Amino acid sequence: MTYIAKPKVHHPSLKKNDLGLTRRDYEGAITTLCAGCGHDSITAAIIQAFWELSIPPHKVAKLSGIGCSSKTPAYFLREAHGFNSVHGRMPAVATGANAANGDLIMIGVSGDGDSLSIGLGQLCHAIRRNLNMLYLLENNGVYGLTKGQFSASADPGSTAKKGEANTMQAIDSALLALTLGATFVARSFSGDKAQLVPLIQAGLAHRGFAFIDIISPCVTFNDHDGSTKSYAYTREHKVEVVQADFVPPADEISAEYQEGSAKNVMMHDGSWVKFRKLAKDYDPTNRDAAYAHIRDHQRKGEVVTGLLYISSDSKDVHDQNETVPGPLYNLPHAQLCPGNDALQKLMGQFR
Amino acid sequence: MTSRVNDFAFKIATANGTGSASANGLIMQAIFRMGVPVTGKNVFPSNIQGLPTWYEIRVNKNGYTARTPTFDLMLALNAATYAKDVAEVRSGGYLMFDSSWPLDEKLKRPDVTYLGVPLAEMCNATFKGVRERILMKNIAYAGALAALIGMDTEIISALTKEKYAAKKPLLDSNEKAIALGYEYAKANFQCPLPIHLEKMDETRDSILIDGNTAAALGAVYAGATVGAWYPITPATSVMEAFKGFCMKYRRDPETKQKRFAILQAEDELAALGMVIGASWAGARAFTPTAGPGISLMNEFIGLAYYAEVPAVIVDVQRTGPSTGMPTRTQQGDLMLCAYASHGDTRHICLYPSDPREAFEMAAKAFDLAERFQTPVFLVSDLDIGMNDWMVPKLTWDDSYQPDRGKVLSAEDLENAKSFYRYLDVDGDGIPQRSLPGVHPKGAYFTRGSGHNKYGAYTEDGDEYQEVLDRIARKVQGAARVIPPPFTRPTPGATMGLVTVGGCHAACLEAIDLLAKDGIKLNYLRVRGFPFADEVRQFLDQHEVNFIVEQNRDAQLRSMLMLDTGVHLEKLESVRYYAGFPMSAHHVISGVKAKLEKAA
Repeated sequence: MTYIAKPKVHHPSLKKNDLGLTRRDYEGAITTLCAGCGHDSITAAIIQAFWELSIPPHKVAKLSGIGCSSKTPAYFLREAHGFNSVHGRMPAVATGANAANGDLIMIGVSGDGDSLSIGLGQLCHAIRRNLNMLYLLENNGVYGLTKGQFSASADPGSTAKKGEANTMQAIDSALLALTLGATFVARSFSGDKAQLVPLIQAGLAHRGFAFIDIISPCVTFNDHDGSTKSYAYTREHKVEVVQADFVPPADEISAEYQEGSAKNVMMHDGSWVKFRKLAKDYDPTNRDAAYAHIRDHQRKGEVVTGLLYISSDSKDVHDQNETVPGPLYNLPHAQLCPGNDALQKLMGQFR
Repeated sequence: MTSRVNDFAFKIATANGTGSASANGLIMQAIFRMGVPVTGKNVFPSNIQGLPTWYEIRVNKNGYTARTPTFDLMLALNAATYAKDVAEVRSGGYLMFDSSWPLDEKLKRPDVTYLGVPLAEMCNATFKGVRERILMKNIAYAGALAALIGMDTEIISALTKEKYAAKKPLLDSNEKAIALGYEYAKANFQCPLPIHLEKMDETRDSILIDGNTAAALGAVYAGATVGAWYPITPATSVMEAFKGFCMKYRRDPETKQKRFAILQAEDELAALGMVIGASWAGARAFTPTAGPGISLMNEFIGLAYYAEVPAVIVDVQRTGPSTGMPTRTQQGDLMLCAYASHGDTRHICLYPSDPREAFEMAAKAFDLAERFQTPVFLVSDLDIGMNDWMVPKLTWDDSYQPDRGKVLSAEDLENAKSFYRYLDVDGDGIPQRSLPGVHPKGAYFTRGSGHNKYGAYTEDGDEYQEVLDRIARKVQGAARVIPPPFTRPTPGATMGLVTVGGCHAACLEAIDLLAKDGIKLNYLRVRGFPFADEVRQFLDQHEVNFIVEQNRDAQLRSMLMLDTGVHLEKLESVRYYAGFPMSAHHVISGVKAKLEKAA
């Protein structure tokens, strides 16, 4: 991963958030991805989302595996600890970090190779565990760093840059997540920042595994006519079912939507996600209906986007484990070590 | 046979899943409570029910605890293994069998005394129901054995009462079954046999414990809060014990909430990934596994080494390669642990020789991992981990404070002019570390890709090499603080014997026996890697050093050569790697064979 430091000096008139920080304070190093890469737009949406929520950057841990997408944590939140781990294994590292310090705000960035091939098992188990993190799958249907091989999300019949057609079935990550009992499933498009920013914010507020699959075209290897992950194809076939707006805890919900078309879901931290239904009768709290809806549209060649499913009854790893509140890593030793008296008492059981 | 008091070995052959484990445990514990030094080796199949299983008990007034390959008394209670079991009885020894069925004449040896006890017949007449009849047959053989070797009946009765205090019907059945066997043996044989027990006072300050339980306790006492694992024989009981102790000692007294997190991972790769994530975030974290798990963890081990993240890995070795024999012991992972992962790596390893050291070294492993910011292996084995050993009671120094290493606090970072993750600020090769979530100035990007001393990505050869060389220096520095080798000199000895881990007991006994034949050996047992300088000095001092270990390829000898630069001709290899714990006999015959060859 190449690395170019970004100058920190910026214009004094830039808008500040509640912490007195500007958007620039949420940036990282200069990207080394190809010009026009969808991933860079997602990075911009992440920066916008964190800045708007006034999250102190150093309270965040940003993790990734290996691949183009996994480079991106270097490009946002320079004051957050980053961990570029091994290919397909970021969920395990994130699980450990969360176990040690449940107060960390965790964002993981992965790709379709990292998540759906080498790391498919790890992704599945992170979903099962309902690990409290925001997980972004930057999905371009292709291996970029090794120059253009199909990934497991490539649709059957779609072609590689040199014309070869993919003959195998695609793994649809949103359907997979729904099947595995994911508590927050969304799909978006790197070219739709207006949709993506509130989704990221809602995902951060969700206590549990917030999964967002983001179609993110690869301009170098998968943006041609035979691709179903190109800018043109996605713009043309994208259907939004639910417009989610994120309302932070302190703000009041404004009633700008028409009666009957809006639905509010309260998050664990007191914030709200406000849905505006764009598809008639779509219910994002009904897992089976969400699954059927995505399948129906897939048959028509359409890509359903928006907040597809959210569970109001989400218990994360620590809820399930019944861990004490606060991090484990800094508990005083006296609370962890039973001491010699207890040991001598215990020795009686071994005689 | 002339009378041999408190110095004999016997073996119990049964089928697994029949409940013989409780009877065998009762026998061990009763002998222990008579104050007589005792060890037990459970030889079990990789199976749940119906396959042959054995339990070997050695009683030795001098405290020799190594396995013996032949037995004074065989309790041959599994018809499927009669032939094999008969062959393992020493000439002049005894064989007890279930005389409810006739014994095949072909299995009779003229130099063995046969003792028939109609266990099935008696239990069928006394107990109702198939399950109880099978279970009580085991307790009945314990009763017969008690009479034959002179076990204290009051102690047996007390143990039974302790165990079944809450289950009155079970207590009644057990007492009845013991009496059945005991009375029959008393009435039909000359009890006790010439090999028998007499009370001593040699176990007052000792316990019977297995190494996996002890290692788990070490992790609890060291303050480990995150344990990640994937079940694997023979390491499974480490995490089960850790969980048990944490439920007892680590819950908030009022809310019952847990001050620990145990993560059962989807595989060993994930288990180590979780440990690395937890350690990176500042917790003391560990994973117990066996050789196949270490093989899977290799990629992550390299990440932790190169990105300098602490991790404690307990390897309870079993026989390899591949699945090997999962329920047999070996020291086949010595090199795997020391040099795990691709590229240039070298890891701190600790080698316990018994459960007490497993306890102490497990705790030490966390200090070393955090001090040196690197993976640390506790290299145990199935024999240490799963068998009950008699060791001195475990003790804990309450003044212990964990060595969390060079972790910068929020205040440190606030006051620091600058922070760069991989700078050698103190000249000891160990950089400063920051934890996520603590302070903006502590932020850095952890990566397994090439990085320079400032933590930035690099493809510059000099920058890359500078970091890699510093890490080598850092890990070598651990040689000064790992547990020093155990040594025992023999006056007048010019040859050395070097070993590792669970071979200890066999080597000590062999050295004593060899001395009676005029073969004098100085003794050294390595307890950690990288080797302390003392190890090189010991090897240098002797013309010949016998390197005793439990693997085919003489891995310890290779490591000694690589690490100390001592020539191969000074290192004579003595090996036994068939899957059973080493006996003094193996060491003696190996040493003698080498000496005869040289003569």
